Amino acid sequence: MPNKIAVEARNAVKVFGQGDTSHSALNDVSISIKQGEFFTLLGPSGCGKTTLLRLIAGFETPTSGQILLDGADITALPPNKRAVNTVFQSYALFPHLTVAQNVGFGLQMQGRPKAEVKATTAEMLALVKLDAMADRKISQLSGGQQQRVALARALAPKPKVLLLDEPLSALDAKLRKDMQIELKRLQHETGITFIFVTHDQEEALTMSDRIAVMSAGNILQIGAPRDIYVKPANRFVASFIGETNFLPGTTAPGGVRLDCGATVAVDGSFMPGKVTLAVRPEQVRVQGAGTAGAIPAIITNWVYFGTDTHCYLVLSDGSPVVARLQSPAMGEAGLEIGASVGVTFAPGAAQVLKD
Amino acid sequence: MAIGKDRTRRNWLLSAPALILLTLAAAGPLLIMVVYSFLSPGQYGNVQWIFSLEGWRSILFTEDIFEPGKYTLADAHLTILMRSLKLSLLTTLITALVGFPTAWFIATKPPKTRVLWLFLITIPFWTNLLIRTFAINEVIRNEGLLNSFLLWAGLITEPLRIIYTDTAVFIGMAYVYLPFMVLPIFAAIDRFDMRLLEAGFDLYASRLQVLRRVILPIVKPGIIAGSILVFTPSIGAYVIPRILGGGKNLMVGNLIDLQFGQGRNWPLGAALGMTLLVIVMIALAVYTRVTNRENDRG
Repeated sequence: MPNKIAVEARNAVKVFGQGDTSHSALNDVSISIKQGEFFTLLGPSGCGKTTLLRLIAGFETPTSGQILLDGADITALPPNKRAVNTVFQSYALFPHLTVAQNVGFGLQMQGRPKAEVKATTAEMLALVKLDAMADRKISQLSGGQQQRVALARALAPKPKVLLLDEPLSALDAKLRKDMQIELKRLQHETGITFIFVTHDQEEALTMSDRIAVMSAGNILQIGAPRDIYVKPANRFVASFIGETNFLPGTTAPGGVRLDCGATVAVDGSFMPGKVTLAVRPEQVRVQGAGTAGAIPAIITNWVYFGTDTHCYLVLSDGSPVVARLQSPAMGEAGLEIGASVGVTFAPGAAQVLKD
Repeated sequence: MAIGKDRTRRNWLLSAPALILLTLAAAGPLLIMVVYSFLSPGQYGNVQWIFSLEGWRSILFTEDIFEPGKYTLADAHLTILMRSLKLSLLTTLITALVGFPTAWFIATKPPKTRVLWLFLITIPFWTNLLIRTFAINEVIRNEGLLNSFLLWAGLITEPLRIIYTDTAVFIGMAYVYLPFMVLPIFAAIDRFDMRLLEAGFDLYASRLQVLRRVILPIVKPGIIAGSILVFTPSIGAYVIPRILGGGKNLMVGNLIDLQFGQGRNWPLGAALGMTLLVIVMIALAVYTRVTNRENDRG
């Protein structure tokens, strides 16, 4: 059954502290994570994503609400009684044990036979390509290697769910990209449900099957990366995932009348009144001044990024707009700072957002 | 090359005061003791410069007064040596058992209160050892606080006889040396990464397994340091057995004092002192070897 639910949180609330100093880390969060899914909890620091992860791991107990694993209520179970393992942000590897002893620790604690511990440890070390390092001390490994040991250690007991708490945040950019691919591969090969916590939206978009965007203890939107990017539920999601131009305006027949005077056609229905229009930079086109239907703008700056060139513009009411253009298409003609141009949006690109 | 030579000379010059002090204050007296242990006792104390193994032999064997040349085992000396060993090992064990939870308690407090607790641990050091020992005497003697309270509470009908027993000496040493155990273990736990506890629990370890497989192996250097700091002064204790043992329950320290005092047998005293040193060194070697082997076994 591909759509069986692996982990479920029902009305999970977590309040830290008491009385006046109490602070709510999670407000009534409900979530269902499917078996075999790569699920990401995404949000800025302090949004409650790590708290939710720790509730699933068992390091915290919810103030109210329930946590279910494979349909069974595990809210009251301690971490060592849950078939869930964690890859910690700091790795938390045992410094007094070798690489192999670290990887075999969970199996040993489960009381598996020695031969099985040995075999599974070897298998896991092969999986993360650390066979040659089995007898090293942890302190002799690089950051990336430690990361792999942490992964192998958490995967060795074959948990139902693997929790990953910002595991890539300590790595440099290059290693990070490699580990993203590596993690996807591991998830594919083991078939284990991954719950991944990150504040890096790019990481979330490239790796996840589904993403839950969190802010201030609430889940704002759950969906596939494309859905979240193309149809953000509100202004926070739109600004947190990718870059977005926000243009103030008022509803008008057939669309939105921007503060600069131009009217933009928008699909769908919305409440009349003051609104914000969101347009992704790659959906903005820069054309010659006076093009039919184009909004007049002035180029303030442009920056060359290789494949892309970012063009910074300003509308007549002072609203800034960024356009991400393909570099070759642009050529010589065009981007002079101070030049008057016309701006159009790709059909269906402009969206009205709730604040 | 020349610079290297200069630097070497300067380093020697800089460490010279420390080296001289070490030689004079540590190695020198030790050497005197070694020499004295191989000499003959003088009539009124001191030594005669005649080579003799009598000092060393007297540790274990006594010469019969009526039959010179006949030797019997020196039971009194053996009893004292065994008591010293037993009491100091017990003291090390109990201070470790009590000291570890204490150190853990302090190390897991928030930094502000931690300072206060550490301060409280060191308060006994403010008072002279002699006074503290008399205070313990005051607590455990027959008409002391403990017995008065127990009698008053009706828990006993006759005072418990603790004072002037091995138990009294043991209580005194455990009390006095406990901070020496707590402080190094605290330092080790303070460096311990508490996130490893969560990693242990996450990997199916029970609380006891986390203690045995994660905490103890990592803070072990602190426990070893504490054990050395407690065992070494315990086995050489002098004041505590003198006061709480009431002159009957002697330890090696008292025996050595006796030889240099009333016994007027300096060579025996010196030989006993050297024996004490050797016992401590052997005990430390065995202890570190055993704990390291345990570590290797994982």
